[in-house]
Amino acid sequence: MQASPATEHHNPALKHHFADMAQQKETVTLGMWLFLVTEIMFFGGMFAAYLVYRILYYNAWVAGSQQMEIKLGALNTAVLICSSLTMVLAVHFAKENKKNLVVVFLLITILLGLGFLGVKAVEYHNHWIHHEVPGQYFAFEHTGNYDPRHVQIFFSLYFAMTGMHAFHMIIGVSLLSWLTIRALRGDFTSEYNSPVEMCGLYWHFVDVVWIYLFPLLYLISHQHV
Amino acid sequence: MTEQAHNGPSLKTYFLIWGALIVLTSITVGVSYLELGALNPIVALVIATIKALLVILFFMEIRYSSKMTMMVVVSGVFFLILLLSLTLSDYLSRGWSHVAR
Amino acid sequence: MATESKTNYLNANYGIKSWLLTTDHKRIALLYLISITAFFFLGGFFAMMVRLELLTPAGDLVQADTYNKLFTMHGIVMVFFFLIPSVPAVLGNFLVPMMIGAKDLAFPKINLASWYIFMVGGALTLYAILTGGVETGWTFYTPYSTTYSNSNVVLAALGVFVVGFSSIFTGLNFIVTIHRMRAPGLTWRRLPLFLWANYAASVIMVLGTPVLAITIVLVALERVFHLGIFNSAMGGDPLLFQHLFWFYSHPAVYIMILPGMGVISEIVTCFSRKRVFGYEFVAVSSIAIAVLGFLVWAHHMFVAGISVYAAMIFSILSMFVAIPSAVKVFNWTATLYKGSIRFDTPMLYALGFIGLFTIGGLTGLFLACLGTDVHLTDTYFVVAHFHYVMVGGMVMAYMAGLHFWWPKITGKMYPEFWSKLSALIVFVGFNMTFFPQFLLGFLGMPRRYQAYPPEFQVLHVFSTAGASILGIGYLLPMVYFVWSLRSGKAAGNNPWNAAGLEWTTQSPPTTYNFDETPVVTWEAYNYDEIDKKPQEAPVAS
Repeated sequence: MQASPATEHHNPALKHHFADMAQQKETVTLGMWLFLVTEIMFFGGMFAAYLVYRILYYNAWVAGSQQMEIKLGALNTAVLICSSLTMVLAVHFAKENKKNLVVVFLLITILLGLGFLGVKAVEYHNHWIHHEVPGQYFAFEHTGNYDPRHVQIFFSLYFAMTGMHAFHMIIGVSLLSWLTIRALRGDFTSEYNSPVEMCGLYWHFVDVVWIYLFPLLYLISHQHV
Repeated sequence: MTEQAHNGPSLKTYFLIWGALIVLTSITVGVSYLELGALNPIVALVIATIKALLVILFFMEIRYSSKMTMMVVVSGVFFLILLLSLTLSDYLSRGWSHVAR
Repeated sequence: MATESKTNYLNANYGIKSWLLTTDHKRIALLYLISITAFFFLGGFFAMMVRLELLTPAGDLVQADTYNKLFTMHGIVMVFFFLIPSVPAVLGNFLVPMMIGAKDLAFPKINLASWYIFMVGGALTLYAILTGGVETGWTFYTPYSTTYSNSNVVLAALGVFVVGFSSIFTGLNFIVTIHRMRAPGLTWRRLPLFLWANYAASVIMVLGTPVLAITIVLVALERVFHLGIFNSAMGGDPLLFQHLFWFYSHPAVYIMILPGMGVISEIVTCFSRKRVFGYEFVAVSSIAIAVLGFLVWAHHMFVAGISVYAAMIFSILSMFVAIPSAVKVFNWTATLYKGSIRFDTPMLYALGFIGLFTIGGLTGLFLACLGTDVHLTDTYFVVAHFHYVMVGGMVMAYMAGLHFWWPKITGKMYPEFWSKLSALIVFVGFNMTFFPQFLLGFLGMPRRYQAYPPEFQVLHVFSTAGASILGIGYLLPMVYFVWSLRSGKAAGNNPWNAAGLEWTTQSPPTTYNFDETPVVTWEAYNYDEIDKKPQEAPVAS
């Protein structure tokens, strides 16, 4: 250990290269936030593509957006907001050493996440039936003041962005499942609960991405084009 | 070891923020049915940003974290804006002249 | 000489598992050293094939498609599997914790993971190469890469995608480590400039690499599902790909050069026995390069079809980014002035760096200037420019760093005569290879061309001859470094009498670097204080 006075007992979760739990916690938090910044830039590339084409092909963007099922999108937004609440409650109770509540709220968060993915699966299926999936079988049924090839680009970006988001949700659900197992094992105490908090940060970030995806993809305009 | 007092938001704050997020979502859907022309995307993005800020400040507890953490997030957003704006500077100015390239 | 019997990180435990499952940043640095050296010679092999083909004007050595594959794979391997990791993953991994007085990086397991991710990415790319290769150019321009190429685009792109995460993890680790794990007393103002440089490069890694990642994902999706995001025949814009690609790939060149500049700062001070001139300016210039480097990417697209107004903005910004680099060169020169210069091997490479990087940097300005760029873009002038900064600059800095810290890493010294001879051979070979390429470019020789008009042959022959000499210069260190492991002189803790916490430990260091966390009360590069004391190795804690 370090030469610094070791007055506190050695928490078994303390890694050897850190001086104390406080430094470990601060370090892990900074690391997670940096990782989230990489995610901002990762999704950012797709937002850039979206933005460019929305300006270039606005009517096609409107036409594509009008094929979205706003009720399902709004429902999913509410589901994610609720899941962020339950996530934050899980973290809160981890800090208060209330193991059972931690498990309960983690499980509810997982269920809400799975619900989100289920609704997305329904939406994707509907798009498939309507030939709105880009590629070989794409055939946009509605005509208007736009080039249908541009509508295909809209749908390409729609599937890329929501697909990437859904992939991150799946990772999130897996992380939370692992957390739940650890919580059941009694790993988390008021002194050591940063894994819950860090996974929470990740979960909230995925929520924030959806907060932007929803209006950008579902709510562009109701005007006829 | 005595952990520093949990200086994050209270349970009540969490529920208030949750409520605000739900309300803002309804507003965003509702406003999208109004024809505000160029204001539509602006309103939508402003509301989305308010929601994002609520999550980041309160759920992700940035408000209670170190300055360093805030700097990290701000720089991430800043560079994203750089990517978007400088790329757009090309697309938006392409039609300004007919200089042969 | 006394055989080494001290316990150190190399002999602390034995067995392949103790290496493949290590979390010791020093062992991970060596794992990287071996891997990137292998990739360097693979990339060098492709270069050799290209230069051999270019000996004659006709395309007579390989078929046209093969030639395209050769320069593509040279680029991919060198950029992603050698240049980007080199100094950070080898020297940075080894030295960052030691220079700040820490026992390890902030996230040792993530460090090991980054090496495995590097190897997976490398394996994927190798597999792409061995099963047919890819001929799009390392820049993967659309719609050729997404629609018309019949080569292993997705596989190669996947390899690059994976290795990008290796880079992100390294950068993330460095930023957190430098922020949170500095020894008491080690303020930002006292940090060795090597750390400022790696910190700045890490910021770029974290902010830029993800954009490359998503761009590659979109290219793969487009290719597999026949989307049209980047294909004008389907309503998309190929330039959007280029914007997204270069948003990362331009800052990437600063990921490559900044750590090298950090190495130079360490070496120039040590071998002039002087504090660096204008410490704050050099430190801030690293950050300035990182930030400004994100604002210039479209200078790769001046003739691609972007708006001329955007081109003007990017042109002026590209000129600005030269300023902090120039500040460094001026400050190194001022550090040398009235210094007590020693021409040890690291210093030879460092001096070579300063000269060659300056030439490379100045020629960048020709390309930043819109008018001249129209003539020079996509010619050998560009090829010469980036090889001057990358090979004459970056690779020489890497060699400088290897030679400087080799005694610390291995506890052995390499033979002085051979190392100096190799440095000289590299310098001569390099200039002979790449200077003619400036002339070729100016005269109109396009890049990536297999066949060319006969009037260019003389310069090409010169260039290929130089490349052979350069190759020998790179092979020699392989021989004497390996030789030194067995038969080199024992190095002692601080053979150069250098400043820096890493030199206070034994050579090679113990697994946890420091028995007690050092407390720093001195400024960086305090050579005036060091040289006042009688010549003795500062004792480790």
